[in-house]
Amino acid sequence: MDVIVIGAGIVGAAVARSLARAGVGVTVVERNAAASGTSSSGEGNVLVSDKEPGPELVLARYSSRLWPMIARELAVELGPTFPSIEFDRKGGVVVATTDAGAEPLLEFAAKQNEVGVDARPVELDEALRLEPDLTRKATAAVHYPEDAQVQPAAATEALLASARAAGVKVIEGAEATGGIRSDGGRLTGIVTTAGELRADAVVVAAGPWSGEVTARLDAPLPVRPRRGMVLVTSRMPHRIFHKVYDGDYVGAVGSDDAALQTSTVVESTAAGTVLIGSSREHVGFDSRLRVAALREIAAKATALFPFLADIPVMRSYGGFRPFVPDHVPVIGPDHRLRGLWHATGHEGAGIGLSVATGELLRDLMLGHEPQIDPAPFSAARPSLAPHLEEVA
Amino acid sequence: MADVLVIGAGPAGLAAARAARTQGALVTLLDAADDVGGQYWRHLPDNRSSERERVLHHGWAAFTELRRALDRDDHCRVLRSAQVWAIEETDAARRKEAPPAQQASEGELRRTTVHILVGPADGAARERLTLKPDAIVVATGAHDRTLPFPGWELPGVFTAGAAQALAKGERVAVGERVVVAGAGPFLLPVAASLVQTGSAVVGVYEASRSRTLASGWLPRPWLLARAGKKGVELAGYVVRQVRHRIPYRTGTAVVRAHGTDRVTAVTIASVDEQWRPVRGTERRVAADAVCVSHAFTPRLELALAAGCELDDAGFVAVDADQRTSVRDVYAAGEITGIGGVELALAEGTIAGHCAAGGSATDDVLRRPLRARSIYQEFAQRMHAAHSVRPGWTGWLTDDTVVCRCEEVNCGALRAAAAATESSSLRSLKLSTRAGLGICQGRICGRTVEKLLADAGPHGRLRDDARFDRRPIAFPLRLGELATDDQ
Repeated sequence: MDVIVIGAGIVGAAVARSLARAGVGVTVVERNAAASGTSSSGEGNVLVSDKEPGPELVLARYSSRLWPMIARELAVELGPTFPSIEFDRKGGVVVATTDAGAEPLLEFAAKQNEVGVDARPVELDEALRLEPDLTRKATAAVHYPEDAQVQPAAATEALLASARAAGVKVIEGAEATGGIRSDGGRLTGIVTTAGELRADAVVVAAGPWSGEVTARLDAPLPVRPRRGMVLVTSRMPHRIFHKVYDGDYVGAVGSDDAALQTSTVVESTAAGTVLIGSSREHVGFDSRLRVAALREIAAKATALFPFLADIPVMRSYGGFRPFVPDHVPVIGPDHRLRGLWHATGHEGAGIGLSVATGELLRDLMLGHEPQIDPAPFSAARPSLAPHLEEVA
Repeated sequence: MADVLVIGAGPAGLAAARAARTQGALVTLLDAADDVGGQYWRHLPDNRSSERERVLHHGWAAFTELRRALDRDDHCRVLRSAQVWAIEETDAARRKEAPPAQQASEGELRRTTVHILVGPADGAARERLTLKPDAIVVATGAHDRTLPFPGWELPGVFTAGAAQALAKGERVAVGERVVVAGAGPFLLPVAASLVQTGSAVVGVYEASRSRTLASGWLPRPWLLARAGKKGVELAGYVVRQVRHRIPYRTGTAVVRAHGTDRVTAVTIASVDEQWRPVRGTERRVAADAVCVSHAFTPRLELALAAGCELDDAGFVAVDADQRTSVRDVYAAGEITGIGGVELALAEGTIAGHCAAGGSATDDVLRRPLRARSIYQEFAQRMHAAHSVRPGWTGWLTDDTVVCRCEEVNCGALRAAAAATESSSLRSLKLSTRAGLGICQGRICGRTVEKLLADAGPHGRLRDDARFDRRPIAFPLRLGELATDDQ
């Protein structure tokens, strides 16, 4: 069996690796360079804390189980000269800073507890033990020991290198421009700017560009770019030990309001910088700086950690997250075009969800029993139907 | 009256401010330094002013007159210690190629927003200023580029620009026995400044070989003769060199600096036409300071933030009016091509005049237009004679530090590119940390880009990430960012 994967971001790399290790012949086609888009423009979140009970949480917990294993496999396989993926199960601390915010946060944690998430409400003194420089004005805090972090670009490169070692061919600088169909109407290949490629199946893993790519294959998905910006401080001694975020984060992820939304995630990196993210805006593929967005995340970060007010911001970066209107990734076969498969729509969670996405897609494609229920991720799910009509 | 913002108060910015005022605009002229003049006319603070500025600076009288005129002018606001930290380009319709129907109306034109912090960088309370001018002249200049070599991180090794700034701005000699090396005519005024502050210059080592120099400088000498003033300036340096008996060697480079706590000696070697070091030609020269400059890197971040497109050579693309690809944004001086002070003055004058509503066809621009054409030709010669050749990487060793902020060496860069087979600068930067330190790749960016491109399997980088893009152009404190303008 031969499969084409469109997109060499972390999802494409994970899918290619999972398939190749199961004996499938895989060619990854990338318009630009591997790991040059969304996968190198975010923080590298491997989170369960921000997800309410539902299919995305199930997928997140599946991924969360896989990551430590895969991190070890990659380290052994690629050796010490390969850049470290910096996998770190540092845990998360979600903090409410207003009286109004305290109750919803604790309720959210209680619901997660019911389905087995390790969510531990903590008193202020315990929160300050976890994060000594945290604001004294915290009204509620929940500790999530399962939350983890990877360096997203290195993780993508590592998954891709491992895929290559399993026989995957990667073609960079080749943009998919259209599909090739058999007489029976099945998708049997793609046309690219570097020539035609044929295969038994085509997987779209083009992140925020998946809307455009699926349209070119005549089976459009309603995937749109949603912009996120991150601030980076200068290096300093470690004073932040977990992923720390304000309670608003939970509300912002589930929303599709086009206006600017921010909620702050603050964390230290292995290099000693502090990352502060992230805003969410529907502005198309417009990468121009917006001071208002940066100002808001800066204000929220200094509210969480007052000492940050004196720390210099060195740079900002940002990128586009693949947004789907019903907020659930699309993983599995397309019900309109045989031969077409999807692995996209992870919005800001693609780094964390990538490895489970790869395993799930492999099991579906090879007819194995999947580890989790695939139905909620199907392109044919009812909640996506009206949006498919919109882009048809 | 149009209001024109001029960013950068070196020769190009000063000339632009004056021309815009002459054309009747209200002008704001700002510079990050504590006085105007730029790198070229860098000088002692006024409270320590010296008669010797005249000796150290070409065109000093012209500069002081220009500065005095602008300072006295009620319609020209001069902001010193003013740092533009961000430019927001919020309306794509400003692009001049947009059809008129799509171009923004008069009210909407004032959309490019310039965010400024005024006050000393370490000051507790810098003033925040947000401007939405009718037109902008970007004249942010260039800084010198030093190619790394083993030992270049030792104390006592300076960029030639830093050494000259210390000499001109502080009257500090960088050492007693100083080696000057690199490429380009800039090495000569640096050597001259060093001599004037009391250093002994052991030698000036120019990497380009005499044949390369000749093929750049000698053809069509009648054109060169038009650049009379520049010729006089260079001749002045040559005379001074002879007087101080400074040896000037072509086809040679500093390939290693020696020392433990600071530099005590350097290894000089012959290099071929591609700047590859020639084995067996190495010799050791004792020195307590080394000043090195191989080229100039334009300061592009603000022009890029404003949305300006670059030309094939990597400078800001401008038309005859010095207008960029963005309507109402003009560029002048070294960011449009390295060319020296006369070219910067001519381009600045044209840019300021046009930014204030004039046109390059106006009669008053006859002289600056002629000067621009003469000195552009001069700049092409300079480029042909002295531009960086690829063979210099031959003097690198695996343990040569490339990114000094994050302490990333050449071997680590090459290993990461080889292991990942990556052609994404964005990805490789994150994996190696090269260029992610406090200088944000201003020192090593071009070098990192070249080494990663050479080391990868494709011989080039495919993504559009470049070190020159710095949406936050200058570090500011989170508290300053979090505060509203009002």
